[in-house]
Amino acid sequence: MNLDDYRRTARAWLAENAGTDDPREFMAKLYDAGYSGITWPEQWGGQGLTQEEERAFAAEARHYSLPLYIFSIGLGMTGPTLVDRGSDEQRARFVRPLLRGEEVWCQLFSEPGAGSDVASLQTRAVRDGDDWIVNGQKVWTSVAQHADWGLLLARTNVDVPKHRGLTMFVVNMRDPGVTVRPLKDMTGRAFFNEIFFDDVRVPDAHRVGEADDGWSVAVTTLLHERLSISAGVGMSGQKDDPTSLEALRRRVDAADPYVRDQLVELHIRSRALALFNQRLSQETRAGIFPGARGSAAKLLLAELTMFKADLATSLAGPGALVGDDPLAHALALAPAMALGGGTNEIMRNIVGDRVLNLPPEPRVDKTVPFKDLKVGTQA
Amino acid sequence: MKLVLSPEQRELRAAVRSFLASAAPLPAVRAAFDSADGYDRDVYARLNGELGLSGLIIPEEYGGAGAGHADLAVALEETGAALLPGPFLATVLATIALTRAPDKDLLTGIAEGRITATYLLDGALTGGPGGQGELLLDGVAEQVINGLDADVILAGTEHGLVAVNATASGVAREALTTFDLTRRQARVTFERASARVIPGPVEGIRDLFAVALAAEQLGVLRAALDAIVAYAKVRVAFGRYIGSYQGVKHKLADMHGKLEQAESIVRYAAWAADESPAELPEAAALAQAYVGRACFEVARDHLLLHGGIGFTWEHDAHLFYKRAKADEVLLGPPRTHRVRLADLLEL
Repeated sequence: MNLDDYRRTARAWLAENAGTDDPREFMAKLYDAGYSGITWPEQWGGQGLTQEEERAFAAEARHYSLPLYIFSIGLGMTGPTLVDRGSDEQRARFVRPLLRGEEVWCQLFSEPGAGSDVASLQTRAVRDGDDWIVNGQKVWTSVAQHADWGLLLARTNVDVPKHRGLTMFVVNMRDPGVTVRPLKDMTGRAFFNEIFFDDVRVPDAHRVGEADDGWSVAVTTLLHERLSISAGVGMSGQKDDPTSLEALRRRVDAADPYVRDQLVELHIRSRALALFNQRLSQETRAGIFPGARGSAAKLLLAELTMFKADLATSLAGPGALVGDDPLAHALALAPAMALGGGTNEIMRNIVGDRVLNLPPEPRVDKTVPFKDLKVGTQA
Repeated sequence: MKLVLSPEQRELRAAVRSFLASAAPLPAVRAAFDSADGYDRDVYARLNGELGLSGLIIPEEYGGAGAGHADLAVALEETGAALLPGPFLATVLATIALTRAPDKDLLTGIAEGRITATYLLDGALTGGPGGQGELLLDGVAEQVINGLDADVILAGTEHGLVAVNATASGVAREALTTFDLTRRQARVTFERASARVIPGPVEGIRDLFAVALAAEQLGVLRAALDAIVAYAKVRVAFGRYIGSYQGVKHKLADMHGKLEQAESIVRYAAWAADESPAELPEAAALAQAYVGRACFEVARDHLLLHGGIGFTWEHDAHLFYKRAKADEVLLGPPRTHRVRLADLLEL
């Protein structure tokens, strides 16, 4: 089928099926029609097609709000990791049910003591015969309340430097030793969860990659995370942004010269970043891979998001901070962009190290055995 | 919308960049602005002859290359990055006006590199009746860029575009001391000076000036950032390269973000100048409002991050700092661009 036919067929299919509200029912239909795992290997349940078909389908799907959110971690991160790094038994067992929406996945990397520096995590997995026993706590876990399986990074060796003592596992989220607690964030809602592991038994057959080689598997997952974010998987639109110029001009008195100039500043910064993003995507289409320059765009988006929410609430005045005003919610949500997916400071390190090729900071944590390393929060 | 350079534009950039790197490196720039002329005429002869830059946007029928504003932006970015002294930008602005109101003699002369021109960016001149197609100009232009270098001075008047021979009677030019050492200015007085009226539209040309200047500013910004990034990789303090300190690294990362956004805006504005006249006014105001500020901020921070050496006359940092500020205010106080943007957005 040529690409135009593919696009037409996809468009017709979406027109007929995009209205399905139940996520699992929709995923099953999507899979049966051949639109789940478009680029994934046929052997494991994918369609074995190219980025071209995937982009064509994504372009058509953009016109709909598809109920894919609970599958976003599986499709964007853990699934591709299993395809790349899992054993054949793991691929045969897990990939098809994931693509068909029969099983939901979450990702278990971050901990209260290990955010930016995730390799310093402290959740332990100790070998016990053919099993591993897991104890510890994870945080910032999306869709865990729906998840059947989790991709877990745990410490298996404390006598070696931190990156060399980690192992990746598939863990059963329905195990009685797994506790999922909604994590209420500063917006008052719970987008994420925290997860507690109490003597959870994981069979060695569910180890992904070699023991103590989990960091290289995690790097694969994080690479897929960046790709899926930049491809817009799970990103919501800006249509109803209450901090946009269009929304604010209806709300504040632009006749005041100070307000007027602040709105101009908002416009300038928004246009500057929008054009940078457009340029990056034009470069990508022209075969110039943006690489770490995407981190500059993410940093600028975080700063713009904070600036807009701050400005909008200031211009709107006290009325913005009572009731369920969308500006109050925007201001509460704004820090998420500067923290999730790498803090602004981490983004600046990435731009400095990989775009400008500046000398790296001297590090003490690459050679010291984990057990002798300062980690987490210590007095 | 086209925000990525074409292969031809990349070739143009490489050619101008390598020419300026060998013919006008910073030591030569210093020698040039200390000389009587204030610039190196041999460099200009080759720039206009071998590279054909003076004729870049001049239509082929007048001996130019017939290129667009996106191509011009590529060239201006390089002359900006080199802090090239002399009347290059001044002649470009005059040429932009002449592409709207064409004059065969002037365009041909500029394309051949025989004529250097400038454009009056300020000053209210009154024009009394003269001979056929002629005005007699009176008034003072306080600051004319490269006013003493120009053979011809162009101005927009209520009667349209006019051209004045810079050495004609009734034209008095007086050199000014400029903060920016790399671009000289003059005060020009007109007393019943004979000016030729060149028919054609003059409205909208300041938008094209804004785009051209933004391209130069992008070059200044990029060169300043490149200079401090290079220094941060070799300068050691407290036993470490200064670029390894987050206090320095993070500032440089923020400066890089400004560069990325400035380049995106310049490409967009240059594209609008060529392809989308309806978008041009807003794109031009955006270009000056963002790139002008970003250029000065990066030039300032590049100077500061050099430490004490950056405050010395012998170091080049102040040359970028001074050019960046001179450029930021060249088309008027920066707030004028912001007010224009507000007007265009109907705020």
